Amino acid sequence: MNPAGKHFALQYLREETLQSPFCPGCGNGIITNCFFKAVSDLGHDDLSKFAFVSGIGCGAWIPSPHFRADTLHTTHGRAIAFATGLKFARPELEVVVISGDGDLAAIGGNHLIHAARRNIDLTVICSNNFIYGMTGGQVGPTTFYGDRTSTTPYGNPERPFDLSRLVAAAGANYVARWTTAHPNQAARSMKTALERKGFTFIEMVSQCPTAYGRRAKTGDSTEMLKWFKNLPVRKKGEAIEHTVPTHQGMDLGVFADRHEPEFTEAMEQTFGQLGEIR
Amino acid sequence: MPERIMFTMGDIASAEGALSAGCKYFGGYPITPATEIAEWMALRMPEVGGSFVQYEDEIASITSVIGASWTGVKSMTATSGPGVSLMLEAIGLAVMTETPLVLVNIMRGGPSTGQPTRGQQGDVMQAKWGSHGDYQIIALTPASVQEMFDQTVQAFNLSERYRVPVFVLADETVGHMRERLVIPDEKDLKIEYRKLATGDPADFLPFKPDDDLIPPMALLGSKYQFYATGLTHDYRGYPTDKEDVQLELVARLNNKILHNADKIIDLERFMLDDAEIAVVAYGTPSRSARKAIKEAREAGIKAGMLRLKTVWPFPEDALADLASEVKHIIVAEQNFGQVYYMVKAAAAPTPIHLMAKPAGMPQLPHEILDKIREIDSL
Repeated sequence: MNPAGKHFALQYLREETLQSPFCPGCGNGIITNCFFKAVSDLGHDDLSKFAFVSGIGCGAWIPSPHFRADTLHTTHGRAIAFATGLKFARPELEVVVISGDGDLAAIGGNHLIHAARRNIDLTVICSNNFIYGMTGGQVGPTTFYGDRTSTTPYGNPERPFDLSRLVAAAGANYVARWTTAHPNQAARSMKTALERKGFTFIEMVSQCPTAYGRRAKTGDSTEMLKWFKNLPVRKKGEAIEHTVPTHQGMDLGVFADRHEPEFTEAMEQTFGQLGEIR
Repeated sequence: MPERIMFTMGDIASAEGALSAGCKYFGGYPITPATEIAEWMALRMPEVGGSFVQYEDEIASITSVIGASWTGVKSMTATSGPGVSLMLEAIGLAVMTETPLVLVNIMRGGPSTGQPTRGQQGDVMQAKWGSHGDYQIIALTPASVQEMFDQTVQAFNLSERYRVPVFVLADETVGHMRERLVIPDEKDLKIEYRKLATGDPADFLPFKPDDDLIPPMALLGSKYQFYATGLTHDYRGYPTDKEDVQLELVARLNNKILHNADKIIDLERFMLDDAEIAVVAYGTPSRSARKAIKEAREAGIKAGMLRLKTVWPFPEDALADLASEVKHIIVAEQNFGQVYYMVKAAAAPTPIHLMAKPAGMPQLPHEILDKIREIDSL
């Protein structure tokens, strides 16, 4: 609470759009608070220097319509492509994509890896709940092998993506994975991501008791947070080996932390002299 | 399997219809209000020895369906407007390569994300004109849970017979309503399968049509070394930029449907024989119209309905005939006027009145009755 007796996050929210549409026990509220903690720690009193883009699904409702900022709620999977256009036109804005794992990594997976490859200066926050929550609990690209969902009623025969390893390998400047049970570490990583030039990606493992926990039998919110709390944390600089994420074997921490040239800078380097030639 | 009776929703009835038609492959992606079809297929496909795969998006879903169909497996997908928008390029490929497939579109409110859990009939023109180029497809418009079953079976039959993508265009209300469903004994169902290539592979021309304009299909994985391309192709299937080949191919792709329109078109005439005012409707609004017409008759107004169970190919002749029978035509559809323009073109100069409602709730019976009364008082 700030001195006025209001929650600190309310200064960044359109209060008239609250309550949020999230189910009781959803992790998206924690992700929202983590993000605003990072924004607040960076000294922003409002979101006037930001623009937000989201796609389709529960995660996309984190900024839309709640953030008191320029916000685009776009088509399924394409948030990063919209954001890329936005960033080119208004490079001074801090462009942030907040969406879910289905939106960013399934239908939007191509845009995700290509934006990371370009290393364009965007911050992408992925609420990863291992499921399509909004449509009622279908398997997704992050659902663990063997999990029961409404479209894998006999268990999931597919392996999940490790999103953080994927985006790190695709060339992002900063990649970290935390969970809703690690709000302080997450807020610090989000702060680093916002400060860092280039493509930055924060994977937020988040509980969905309604669509995931109920079907995959991982319990209610409290039980899921306990599960997350026990996930292993990577040591700084530890080598990134190939692993397939499992319920207990999903490591947290920083997966990429570098200062490779950012895309708009690379464009400037490539085309910058053309003006002189003319 | 013997006759079964279920109390179930339209989406599930459609999935059961597909299974009864022999569908053994479903590629899909979650989308409201069609997800229940995928969920039901995920449960049922393994039981019948078929495959269900949920893909990373709708583009992968429809293209996988085309790939499966080329091997001879009856294949389908199900989605809603935004998903169809993504599938349109591949639908053009299916048309060009004459690939049988069924696409169930449970229509929701649009444009764009619109109202996912509310119904609309906004995709009628998209189904016909959505992919680029000139082509014909077939689109069926069920109005009940039973018709979701029956017309999905019919969709597979037409798709196999004419080697063309067939849409089941159902509004969300039909997809989500629950009614009694009778699944007939499999002996009582007429199930068709595509005409297959016969003869020596050395002489085989995969895109040379028979007299019915439909080429026998060589299956991928058979002895014919099947080759298909989205490029304009000659009888051998080889790409060409010759004008005469393009003209002949496009004409045939259109005419194989248009010349058989009378065998495809499915209409219901309800209280039309002495009618002076006809309501043209399909899907959920036709259910409201039925009630409104009965009430109009009780009030002494000679009203009737022409219900479209197929919208593509469009029943132009039936509409022209209707125009000569009645004094006024009301088109009640859950959009801002799509079939209306087709009716106008076919049924002029009889006055055509649009009752548009591009909103979540369909036209209610009393609203259609009011419209009938208003027209009757003209």
